[in-house]
Amino acid sequence: MAVKAAYENYSGPNRDAVENFHGNQLVYIGWDEHMMFACPGAFPLPPQMPFGALVKDVVPGAFSQHPDFANIDWNKVEWLLDGNAFKPTLDKSLADNGVNHKSLIRMITPGLNGINNSGF
Amino acid sequence: MEQAKKMNMKDKYNAMTGDLGWDFSYKTEAEIFPLSDFEGIKIEDWSKWQDPFRLTMDAYWKYQGEKERKLYAVIDAFAQNNAHLGVTDARYINALKIFLTAVTPLEYAAHRGFALAGRALPGVGAQVASQMQSIDELRHAQTQLHTISQYNKYFDGLHDPFHMYDRVWYLSVPKSYFEDAASAGPFEFITAISFSFEYVLTNLLFMPFMSGAAYNGDMATVNFGFSAQSDESRHMTLGLEVIKFMLEQHPDNLPIIQRWIDKYFWRGYRLLGIVGMMMDYMLPKRVMSWKEGWEMYFEQNGKMLFDDLARYGITMPKFWEQSVEEKEHLTHKLWLTFYGYGHAAAFHTWIPEDSELDWLSEKYPNTFDKYYRPRLVYLREQEKAGKRFYNPSLPQLCQTCQIPMVYTDPKNPTQRVYRESIYKGDRFHFCSDACKEIFDHEPEKISQAWLPPHQIFQGNCGGATIPDVLKHYHFSENDGGEFLHSRDNANWNLWKGLTPDEEAA
Repeated sequence: MAVKAAYENYSGPNRDAVENFHGNQLVYIGWDEHMMFACPGAFPLPPQMPFGALVKDVVPGAFSQHPDFANIDWNKVEWLLDGNAFKPTLDKSLADNGVNHKSLIRMITPGLNGINNSGF
Repeated sequence: MEQAKKMNMKDKYNAMTGDLGWDFSYKTEAEIFPLSDFEGIKIEDWSKWQDPFRLTMDAYWKYQGEKERKLYAVIDAFAQNNAHLGVTDARYINALKIFLTAVTPLEYAAHRGFALAGRALPGVGAQVASQMQSIDELRHAQTQLHTISQYNKYFDGLHDPFHMYDRVWYLSVPKSYFEDAASAGPFEFITAISFSFEYVLTNLLFMPFMSGAAYNGDMATVNFGFSAQSDESRHMTLGLEVIKFMLEQHPDNLPIIQRWIDKYFWRGYRLLGIVGMMMDYMLPKRVMSWKEGWEMYFEQNGKMLFDDLARYGITMPKFWEQSVEEKEHLTHKLWLTFYGYGHAAAFHTWIPEDSELDWLSEKYPNTFDKYYRPRLVYLREQEKAGKRFYNPSLPQLCQTCQIPMVYTDPKNPTQRVYRESIYKGDRFHFCSDACKEIFDHEPEKISQAWLPPHQIFQGNCGGATIPDVLKHYHFSENDGGEFLHSRDNANWNLWKGLTPDEEAA
């Protein structure tokens, strides 16, 4: 379907085109079963950033307040990229891992399911 | 000279509305009303427009003038008697801050929208009704500004509503609803605002909120509410008349109107969640729960309305069942979201007192104790330990409703709902099937949405840090954060002579 407009070929700027982010791309990061963080966070990150740097430098800033965070076994973390299971290569860049502009990364930490296992 | 016979009401109405239109001689109708047909709505005969109020302009000015005189007398008395001290508790004012910073600019936006609709719609009955509503909306914006000016002398967060409306992340939710409607054609606008907002949903905005104001001793708000109420009933009548008129004019109009009803029901429902949060969490004396309000005003009254419209082929808005499934989760989620982002809001947030948690348990027996009470109790303990929780990241928003992606699957309330669409190679995220469907129908338009977190990252909001952005919003250091430690709370306790043991929470 298409919008009905008062003139033909209506279109506008894509407000969030990757070119508008000064060399960064947007990446959303969420932690399943940890509703203390009500929604995923949004981050402007360079596409060349290694996935390992995202784990080491970005994720703690977002989630380390949660008592589960210190107990994460990073070898057991399951990742979802845009809804599909994926195994990131830590020393490869976000781009080479297939993390694109406005991709959603979800972290699943088996055995760690929030305060008293409540999903919070 | 023979004196002209005095006109009866009907003649007078015809003379002062229908007869105000004129025939065009040197321009075509299409040139004069260029926006009247691109939406696909077909109107065969504008003279079939019925105005149930038959209100003429001269009577309109007389009635409105009387209401104004009464209202301002009450506002003066309120100021002279320090009536702001009569509210139940300073926490209450925070509900008012959301209402006044979100709704007052909406009233002004409606004033502009109806002025445009009155110019764009070719029928004289619709023009006169739009003109009156445009003036009503301007009046409502003004009366609310007088209320803001009263409370702004004593409480934080009310000092810059129009500046905030154009910038602040949560105010983009009401703003985008209105601008979606105002940037559409005149028929979609009037369906969105007059029918979906005023007729179907406004009861949930005004009834619990104005009753809430009365319960909580806020006579300034009760007064602008009463002063607006008779206008609102006229607006609601216009909303129903518009829908019936369009449906009666041509069978081709039905699918177009049904889609608008579906769209603005959902967008309005998402917007009203914030009102629900005010009802359940922010009124020290509660009127009814969001769940009870939704059952009464939508599931019962709304259903009766749609049963009545069934003879035209109109059905209940698509995805209405989802709103019912979510009703026991909605407000808890939103309050926890605002609590987490309380450092970036122009109102205060807090954890309810035990008696209030018990009220919520009673109103939400299936969900509150199971999911939400433990979260609130945990956060209260954290706060007492000096670790008041704030979410450090900017939120991912839904592209359509612009609310953070906080909604969960009612069948699995610790799993968020994630939907996405790809448009011209870019990914767009949605909180629900309904928001995705709205986008998928008009991606050219909604891909242009001004999403506040993205704008911050693009460098359009004063800087990269939270203090930079709050400065850009014109927030003061006292506007947001935890209520317990707020200047509002300290002042309230001082004015009321309360000791820390007697104060709220």
